[in-house]
Amino acid sequence: MNSSYVQKENVVALKGKVVKMIHQFKNNGYFIVMDVNSGSIHIVDELVYDILPLYEKMAKEKHEGEKILAEEIMPALCEEEPQRYEADSPDLKEKINEALEDIHELIEEEQLFTEDIYENYLVDVSKRQTVVKALCLHIAHDCNLSCQYCFAGEGEYHGERDLMSYEVGKQALDFLVANSGNRRNLEVDFFGGEPLLNFPVVKKLVEYGRSLEEAHQKKFRFTLTTNGVALNDEIMEFANREMANVVLSIDGRKQVHDRMRPFPNGSGSYDLILPKFRRFAESRKQTNYYVRGTFTHHNLDFSKDVLHLADLGFQQISVEPVVAPPTEDYAIQKEDLPMLMKEYDDLAAELVRRKKKGEGFQFFHFMIDLEGGPCVAKRLSGCGSGTEYLAVTPWGDLYPCHQFVGQEDFLIGNVFDGIKNTDLQDEFKRCNVYSKEECKHCFAKFYCSGGCAANSYNFHGNITDPYEIGCELQKKRVECAIMIKAAMADVYTC
Amino acid sequence: MKHIKTLQTRNLKESMKKGGCGECQTSCQSACKTSCTVGNQSCENR
Repeated sequence: MNSSYVQKENVVALKGKVVKMIHQFKNNGYFIVMDVNSGSIHIVDELVYDILPLYEKMAKEKHEGEKILAEEIMPALCEEEPQRYEADSPDLKEKINEALEDIHELIEEEQLFTEDIYENYLVDVSKRQTVVKALCLHIAHDCNLSCQYCFAGEGEYHGERDLMSYEVGKQALDFLVANSGNRRNLEVDFFGGEPLLNFPVVKKLVEYGRSLEEAHQKKFRFTLTTNGVALNDEIMEFANREMANVVLSIDGRKQVHDRMRPFPNGSGSYDLILPKFRRFAESRKQTNYYVRGTFTHHNLDFSKDVLHLADLGFQQISVEPVVAPPTEDYAIQKEDLPMLMKEYDDLAAELVRRKKKGEGFQFFHFMIDLEGGPCVAKRLSGCGSGTEYLAVTPWGDLYPCHQFVGQEDFLIGNVFDGIKNTDLQDEFKRCNVYSKEECKHCFAKFYCSGGCAANSYNFHGNITDPYEIGCELQKKRVECAIMIKAAMADVYTC
Repeated sequence: MKHIKTLQTRNLKESMKKGGCGECQTSCQSACKTSCTVGNQSCENR
């Protein structure tokens, strides 16, 4: 297995404006070239991989449409990579000619060195009237665990312990329907704290939501995020009937999980929740759920936690890096990045091995829909926090997303009076890939859409400067996801 | 082509024509809650 981390970024600038970008990287024996602006992905041999940076450099000195010849490439290639190419090699020129033909064909088909034509388009998209389509209902600001890394401060979100009343929840659903325009699919996540501490209200709200569907021509997709402590057969049966997705919090290996996810008395929660989660996943036929873990500085070998969950039989797995102030002992530090990169590479390679044996599983951060993925408008405009997506506190206040709850500067309105702070909403609306200088030049911009506004705020005090560690991990995950696609498409390794 | 194989991908330029309907899932609702991941989502308007 090749876990070396090699990447090259090729950006062509004309008159100071970035117009073309390819990204090349090696992963698990594959040489991969992304044409960022068209979304095209090419698996190439080593010769093309080596030619492309030279080609790009030479192309800048050529007139529009003028082709680059093998005679020009060959000496530069032999100088750049003397170990691999010798000028007197009998068939080198012929091979370079073939490679150039392939490159020219892709350029003509607009699959290589394509231009970034989206910035003005996105301005138009941003001007459209947005509607609300998703709510994160903080049904309980209370929790029965004391997770060490909880951004909700053990469920309280830096405020009082509280449960959402049925009346507030009902008003939230009415607010959603009233502000969703022609949007048919509406999403409501029951979140916390721990939402099962307020399960009777969850049930009543689902019933109320269903009662609205026909008259308003809406379809609610309810989801539930739970730590599993209060999970029982009745709740599972209800969730299997009503919840489009459930997110089950478990971090992986017992010692890892119990260290970060103890009960208030300090004892671990792994042994209580694991059997319930296994049963729950089976009862959902191993679909429409995620076991969802967080890795920290304490378990940088998190691939073992992912594989532990897979070996337990879970087929839908998400294990994600903790987001925490760098002062916390469990926070991911810059020095951790090389190890984490290798972990992702190793995990991706192992996933390919397992998939090829018919023993694969889904790892959320390696999932990528190349053929049926989102349109470019969605890819560039971000997660929708503050505009399409809002979080609702137990007493009905609205925040741009669950991670901003409790930070009074981000109070955006309430479910009774609607959006009050339109300046704040406009700020979130303007927050897209092109409003972030660092994102404009990043190959991953069409896959992460500019990253998480809450992460930006927590690390930089504004919502437009990306969180660097998060970016590095995101870029690696995109590369791994593409490598997996290449491997499963049975494309030759070079 | 002898040296390059291209994976089937959605043409982003083409997606401008019919894009932006907004029926797709909100990224944070699916699993993550702490990171923005869009590329793994599916278009609901194809």
